[in-house]
Amino acid sequence: MNSDITLAISEQTDRLLTGGLFLAVVALTVGITFWASRQNAGTADYYAGGRSFTGAQNGLAVAGDYMSAASFLGISGAIALSGYDGFLYSIGFLVAWLVALLLVAELLRNSGRYTMADQLAYRMRQTPVRTAAAVSTVGVSIFYLLAQMVGAGALVTLLLGVSDESAKNWVIVGVGALMIFYVTVGGMKGTTWVQIVKAVLLMTGTVLITFLVLLEFNFNISDMLGAAVDNTGKPGFLDPGLRYGLSTTSKLDFLSLSLALVLGTAGLPHILIRFYTVPTAQTARKSVLWAIGLIGSFYLMTLVLGFGAAALLDTTSSDSKVVASQGNLASPLLAEAVGGGNGTLGGSVLLALISAVAFATILAVVAGLTLTSASSVAHDIYASVIKKGQVTEKQEVTVARLAAFVIGGVAIALAIPAQKLNIAFLVALAFAVAASANLPSLIYNLFWRGFNTRGAVWSIYGGLISSVGLVIFSPVVSGKVNAVTGESDSLFGLGTDFSWFPLENPGIVSIPIGFLLGYVGSITSREPEAEARYNELEVRALTGAGSERAVIH
Amino acid sequence: MPSSASSRNSDVYEEMHASADFQALRKRYRSFAIPWTIAFFAWYLLYVICSNWAAGFMSTKVVGNINIALIFGILQFFSTFGIAFLYARHANKELDPIASRLEAGYDKEVGR
Repeated sequence: MNSDITLAISEQTDRLLTGGLFLAVVALTVGITFWASRQNAGTADYYAGGRSFTGAQNGLAVAGDYMSAASFLGISGAIALSGYDGFLYSIGFLVAWLVALLLVAELLRNSGRYTMADQLAYRMRQTPVRTAAAVSTVGVSIFYLLAQMVGAGALVTLLLGVSDESAKNWVIVGVGALMIFYVTVGGMKGTTWVQIVKAVLLMTGTVLITFLVLLEFNFNISDMLGAAVDNTGKPGFLDPGLRYGLSTTSKLDFLSLSLALVLGTAGLPHILIRFYTVPTAQTARKSVLWAIGLIGSFYLMTLVLGFGAAALLDTTSSDSKVVASQGNLASPLLAEAVGGGNGTLGGSVLLALISAVAFATILAVVAGLTLTSASSVAHDIYASVIKKGQVTEKQEVTVARLAAFVIGGVAIALAIPAQKLNIAFLVALAFAVAASANLPSLIYNLFWRGFNTRGAVWSIYGGLISSVGLVIFSPVVSGKVNAVTGESDSLFGLGTDFSWFPLENPGIVSIPIGFLLGYVGSITSREPEAEARYNELEVRALTGAGSERAVIH
Repeated sequence: MPSSASSRNSDVYEEMHASADFQALRKRYRSFAIPWTIAFFAWYLLYVICSNWAAGFMSTKVVGNINIALIFGILQFFSTFGIAFLYARHANKELDPIASRLEAGYDKEVGR
């Protein structure tokens, strides 16, 4: 009886502490946004933060933009539940950065201006390529945005200990309102600083918990792995195959996912536009090097968090909180455990701290995504396609701010019913679309003279339609029955089955389609102007001659 | 628009493209970026394929509880760091000097 009261009080303190830190994160980011909004005069300020960030600053912001809650909570959770197979995700997420470093970042910095489409429009017909690139930019960003917002709703309510459905909806509306605020008021400068702060918080929190977990095992990794096997009672926990090795279909599904992860990163529009925020190609390279260092060390630490959670927490019983949250609570609960456990001061503080870090993570990523979509709508569609370039910078920025409002509103409206969808699936779909629709045209445009408008348009729409289309006819949407419960694991209930594509990840088919259509479209049409301007694009991309410069205030 | 602003200088770009300096820069860039892209992609695919279809081999224990799968995975991290380091060194030494020389020449030519 007595201990029940202590427990109730301690839970209340936990919530107060967590809620207080959440408010601190909100206050800090709102303050930064106001501070950054002082210099938002022209388009280069609004879209590209004046191109005046250093390599280290932008590297932190890239890492902050990239490491979503799906990385922070999702990967450690996946390792805690399925052992080694959870780790496979993070390797694809990291290796992908070599595509960005070697083939994309510097060339894009030199040849583009504000959006992904700029680089194609450099030598092609403006209207068709800008329209296609804007459609795919908004498409990828919306899928990613939905994943983050649905995650935010589930996570924040879980961490604050409120369980009813209307609370989740309010959290989604609140996160949406905050992201609209960051983007309309702060522009790229405000968004970047929010991402920098988030990256510092995330790295600090992760280093701290990793250190405390390793301390429990006297820094012996082998002992920690052994304890994870013993505690979970799963003999194959350290070997590949627990999650993806069940059948040939699941193995192919994993191969398909791996391709999308490794080729999708360099096609994610919210990552690409970050390379425009630095003054030169050399600083773009430095940003990627910083990002690789930060992201790589972060994923190595999630390995410790995941196996540490499996070793120290209950991840198997029917009333395990880790299982109930599909792994998402593994890191926060691990922080509580290594801080001294439930009901202790250390445990409460660390739990609240890690929860606040997760919240900051979500805010920074959704702001980046909203800004990317708004930029593309204002710069590609409004200024170039509709007004044919006859707009002032002031008008363009006003439209970008309005677009951020509309996109934020649409994202809120879609996220509330989308709460039934699996978050990991939405993230994987965004990567598949980026790899199938965006990467082929980026690579062809920079490396192949014969690439032209028809090739670009076919490749973007073809990649987009095939990746989304295959998912519609996959077990994700209909026809997947849970072998244990006998209930539907798809979006549609039992009895509705129109699936014919066996894999949940479309990349293995849709990425080759994107590349193939880009090739076929180009060789079946003649566009001498696009070929003639390739020399100019190539010189500009490799030397920076004539590229956009930093804004001097 | 980037297109209208730069087309006035298209003669300058054509001249630069034909220069020996630019051809050397292009060759040095491509001869590093393309083979290394193929290499890391193949190395990554090998890892994915082994995780999928060679689970027995991957599960072999090496030291204590540490198996080949874990070492192979960690090696992917270090190969990524290594290739990034090699590229940065190559770009600093072999690419940047030519690129900045060409860019300075362009600025002089068009009076930027």
